[in-house]
Amino acid sequence: MEILSGLMQGFAVALEPVNLFWCFAGVLLGTVVGILPGLGPPATIAMLLPLTFQMNPASAMIMLAGIYYGAKYGGSTTSILMNVPGESASVVTCLDGYQMARKGRAGPALGIAAIASFIAGTVGVLGLMLVAPPLAKFALSFSSPEYFALMSLGLAMVVLLAGRSMAKALLAALVGLWIATMGTDLFSSTSRFAFGRMELLSGIDFVVVAIGVFALGEVLSNMEEREEAKPLPVPKGLRILLPTLQDMKDCRFAFANGSIVGFLVGVLPGAGSTIASFLSYGIEKAVSRRRDQFGNGVVEGVAAPEGANNSETGGALVPLLTLGIPGSGTTAILLAALVLWGFKPGPLFIPEHPALFWGLVASMYIGNVMLLVLNLPLVPLFAQVLRLPVYVLYPLILGVSIVGVYTVSGSMFDLALLIVFGLLGYLMRKLDYPSAPLILGLVLGAGMERALRQSLMMSEGSLSILVSRPISAVLLSLAVLILLIPLFSTVNAWRLQAVAQDDA
Amino acid sequence: MEEKSYKTADLWSGLALAGLGVYIVVEAWQWEYLGPEGPGPGFFPLWYGIAMVGVSGALVVSSALRKLDAGCVGIEWRKAGRAFAVWVALVVTVASFKLLGFVASFALLTFFIVAVMYRRPVRIAATVAGAGAVAFYLLFPLALGVSLPVGVLGF
Repeated sequence: MEILSGLMQGFAVALEPVNLFWCFAGVLLGTVVGILPGLGPPATIAMLLPLTFQMNPASAMIMLAGIYYGAKYGGSTTSILMNVPGESASVVTCLDGYQMARKGRAGPALGIAAIASFIAGTVGVLGLMLVAPPLAKFALSFSSPEYFALMSLGLAMVVLLAGRSMAKALLAALVGLWIATMGTDLFSSTSRFAFGRMELLSGIDFVVVAIGVFALGEVLSNMEEREEAKPLPVPKGLRILLPTLQDMKDCRFAFANGSIVGFLVGVLPGAGSTIASFLSYGIEKAVSRRRDQFGNGVVEGVAAPEGANNSETGGALVPLLTLGIPGSGTTAILLAALVLWGFKPGPLFIPEHPALFWGLVASMYIGNVMLLVLNLPLVPLFAQVLRLPVYVLYPLILGVSIVGVYTVSGSMFDLALLIVFGLLGYLMRKLDYPSAPLILGLVLGAGMERALRQSLMMSEGSLSILVSRPISAVLLSLAVLILLIPLFSTVNAWRLQAVAQDDA
Repeated sequence: MEEKSYKTADLWSGLALAGLGVYIVVEAWQWEYLGPEGPGPGFFPLWYGIAMVGVSGALVVSSALRKLDAGCVGIEWRKAGRAFAVWVALVVTVASFKLLGFVASFALLTFFIVAVMYRRPVRIAATVAGAGAVAFYLLFPLALGVSLPVGVLGF
């Protein structure tokens, strides 16, 4: 009852014309920011923060949150059309989204990304509304051993992202870990794998590796064919540009999976939407009856990570608003904004400022509807990009990749790294090494090392701390189980072979 | 023959990664493994370095022992020349940013891809290169205020 009255109060705030305008401005700006590689929500929100000092805090918060979740809608567009991840959480969408586009199904891929984002985004807001305080307390019980176990579970997903060779997938993940540990060690200030370059002391930005391996690697690979100078297929007519009923049916579990995994991972400070999208993709592949087709353009492979990516937003606001703990760069800037406006996020935030909290929740419902209405009609328009001849499309992708990397750091050294990683991505394709495990290792590497070292500091060097705590033990057991899946498959294949020979 | 190229590629890539693993282990060996406050900077790299040596060793052994399968598709290295040509063009493009700036360098890269790699007429290549460079300039530096590398010509 309390929730219902709070929500009614929230809708009264969110439906004020001025707040509707700022909500629309936020989600529109967020969509554009998501589409443009390199220009992420943290930078955009930071740039706009000074402008919000003259605004009503509720309107300002509604607009900034709109940029945050709007960017996640937009991030899928370049992943699907160009294999260029607009932001880090959209990397997984490249795996099946781009393959769908290559098969003439860019429209359904973009459509299902928007629908999954809408459903999961709404579930994320529901979660924020219903379970914020108790979940925030649960998240506080996560310490370094639990985070290490969670990261290990994420890294175990490499098994599900592997192609034909498990050894190659593991090696790609290990190279990702190596790249993640380049730079200055934060515990001891030791420089590691910097090769005497000042530029490497702060490590290698994720965007440089992701764009290099995925976008440049793909373009170089496609450049091998001179004769393929015709555009990628895009069917005519709105009906076939949108997902079919069968697509929606195929994605039922993916919607639920993405919504739940995304929200739960979002509640954990520091886990982030990239891990959420990888985890939900891995789960989707593990339970799918057509898991062998993942990576070749399966619609669930787009719905699950895109859903998780968007549901994570609702989850990430839980520790921010109820505990004052930001879990990511974007929520850290949102926290700074709240403090600058004179609020103190924490356990008393909701009781003391119900209009702001419920206004934000209600605006997120409205914003999600706005994004769906905004994005679905744009699907046919975006899909037309693929009608461009490849000799126009490929330079365009190269240009967008260069601009995307340069806007992150303004560094020529990063552009040189981009080209190196482009060659790496091409060679990985050529030698049949999967790219996704490399990205997974890169995303998880730094956090995993930090959590492991903090855990061992807590236990004075004893590894038993990782298995003596219940949550950590459960997560590590799950990771081991996932790692054993290929072994079970092999044993089962041998068993079936033996049975068939016996029958013969 | 094609399958043989995969087998050889696995062997050489496995050896290269084993070399990388050895390098990581040697580097990590020089950093503190365990200190009074807990694990040092060498702790984590040492373990994944060892894992890299082990897994790449397994790849090398399995590729050496693998029988050739006639049904399997191999690597076509002959086509790789085109990809390497574009990669070299990209290297030259980025290297020329300081002199020519993004707009002119990008136009030249586009011209090269359209005219040389896809053998389109010079008129089409020049149009695509010019239009693409102008579109990037209008969208990023002018409309969005995003800074791009500037050359001696000022753009």
